[in-house]
Amino acid sequence: MHKKITNIKQLKLIANTIRQDVIRMLLEAKSGHSAGSIGLADIFSALYFNVLYHDPKNPSWPDRDRLLLSNGHVAPVLYAAMANADYFPKEELMTLRKLGSRLQGHPHPGSLPGIENSGGPLGQGLSQAVGMAIVAKAERKRWRVYCAMSDGEHDEGQTWEAIMLANKYKLNNLTAIIDRNSIQMDGMTEDILPLEPFAEKYRAFGWRVIEVDGHNIAKFIEACEEAKAVYERPTVIIAHTIPGKGIPYMEYLSEWHGKTPSKEQADEAITLLEEERKRIEEE
Amino acid sequence: MLKTKEMYLIEDLLTSKNAVSLRDGFGKGLLEVGQENHNVWVVTADVQESTRVNWFAEKFPQRFVQIGIAEQNMAGVAAGIALCGKIAFMSAFAAFSPGRNWDQIRVSICYTNANVKIHASHNGISVGQDGATHQALEDIAMLRALPNMIIIVPCDVEEARKAVKAITNRFGPAYIRTSREKVITFTTEKTPFEIGKANVYREGKDAAIFACGLEVYESLKAAEQLSKEGIECAVIDCHTIKPIDHDCILEWAKKTKLLISVEEHQIYGGLGGAIAEVLSEEQTGAILKRHGIHDTFCESGDAKDLMRKYKLDANGIVEFVKEALKSIP
Ligand SMILES: Cc1ncc(C[n+]2csc(CCOP(=O)(O)OP(=O)(O)O)c2C)c(N)n1
Ligand SMILES: [Mg+2]
Repeated sequence: MHKKITNIKQLKLIANTIRQDVIRMLLEAKSGHSAGSIGLADIFSALYFNVLYHDPKNPSWPDRDRLLLSNGHVAPVLYAAMANADYFPKEELMTLRKLGSRLQGHPHPGSLPGIENSGGPLGQGLSQAVGMAIVAKAERKRWRVYCAMSDGEHDEGQTWEAIMLANKYKLNNLTAIIDRNSIQMDGMTEDILPLEPFAEKYRAFGWRVIEVDGHNIAKFIEACEEAKAVYERPTVIIAHTIPGKGIPYMEYLSEWHGKTPSKEQADEAITLLEEERKRIEEE
Repeated sequence: MLKTKEMYLIEDLLTSKNAVSLRDGFGKGLLEVGQENHNVWVVTADVQESTRVNWFAEKFPQRFVQIGIAEQNMAGVAAGIALCGKIAFMSAFAAFSPGRNWDQIRVSICYTNANVKIHASHNGISVGQDGATHQALEDIAMLRALPNMIIIVPCDVEEARKAVKAITNRFGPAYIRTSREKVITFTTEKTPFEIGKANVYREGKDAAIFACGLEVYESLKAAEQLSKEGIECAVIDCHTIKPIDHDCILEWAKKTKLLISVEEHQIYGGLGGAIAEVLSEEQTGAILKRHGIHDTFCESGDAKDLMRKYKLDANGIVEFVKEALKSIP
């Protein structure tokens, strides 16, 4: 089993590494989704190095926690976290989206061990997670199901169908984690199709809701722990994040949803992230 | 022989570098019909720039509806708009529309015969890096089975523009499929375009290649290469897949022994499937070999690399034709 890292500073440094990896991957691939991937680095550091019970050397370990990615377009952050956790060699990150690569543009279980589901067509992931959680609960498994989702995909009716079903089966073994970054492809979520009052919607649908700052690793881990103690209800962690967090020219902008950095922009990002790294080390 | 004059194709067809994304033709056509006809409305599902409906949206915001990422809802809303006497265009990615909303298209649009025009961008493997989830290769098959639906797959930006005008002027459900990849613009304003009537761009006695979408240009290039080796192929732009041009298919089945279909779609249920259905009900001496994606999901990669790997570029088509010719006695 993977050893849990509890030192927050160390987790922050890993998040910083993940951000740098994502930038390099997207620069090399010349296509892909930047803002969401970068904004999720802290959460994926926490998930792969603290929250999840998993074994990178044995990805199909039957008792592992399942992490499903619903918004498959943020695959770069998933791959970077997995490579840093030793699922596969880090060099392979540079093959993202290329012909013959195991790192498909949107994750595919058949291509890379450790990938639990196929996502990309938005709004499918939570249903898959609910299916798994129903089985796990029926068979009294100890493992949990985590479903990473985006805010944008709450536009899809299927997401709400899954939300209702999770309530019906009282899936206390299910934690949904939402990247509440307020952007989608054509603009801000509240302009495209308003989601607010978002937390209230989930509450009305029978879920336990925890809202956290998605860049506060300690608080996020605490929320994941709290979810495990919830009785007879699924939990959703609404993680408020800044799209492109840590790279000022990218932050808050939906224009960066599906764009990749130029060489100059990537260099600038790496420099900024290196400075950030020094600050973390001095903390 | 290329029918450059007769079909008003550009002179430098094989050397031209003027490549434009097919979706631009859709966006342009939509802007034109929006200008001419104030009954034209447009809905989209969080993909306005990628589908080029943003051009319409900027000009006619009062006739534009942003649905959000909700393709099923979009199809129903488009039907509602059409049932008020409007011409509703709904535009998104093929993988999700018709990929996700087929039932809504079937009932809300086709069964009610609502005047909805479905535009799908990002088809086929030429979507490239996004990978299999986003590479719609089954959309034509899904829609061809629906009564009242017509299906058009334009070959270049100019034909896409004309197709938008043609479907606007014809009442009822229609599907127009455009890829994101750039393709040489080789037809001109004067090149004919009639729904249901295939365009013959090249004559040839040894085989007749029926192609659609960006495979038309690749087939023209392939035919030119084959000609140098003494093999003469006709190339037919079969832009309308439903209703399929029976007469054209039967005519070529009499003129040649070998028909070949080439499409950026599964070999089942698309252009090749439609031609096979026509041939199977008539006594002709010809056989059909279908080329496209041969019953597999594809993968991430650069569009050009994928077209090469799956033999859907000119060289690949040359290979396929030569192989197919071996089965002719
Ligand atoms: C069903 C479906 N419709 C459309 C798309 C195209 N698409 C890809 S990402 C995206 C916007 C998603 O918003 P969100 O997930 O919140 O994106 P982010 O915050 O990462 O920018 C859209 C519309 C898709 N992948 N799936
Ligand atoms: Mg978002």
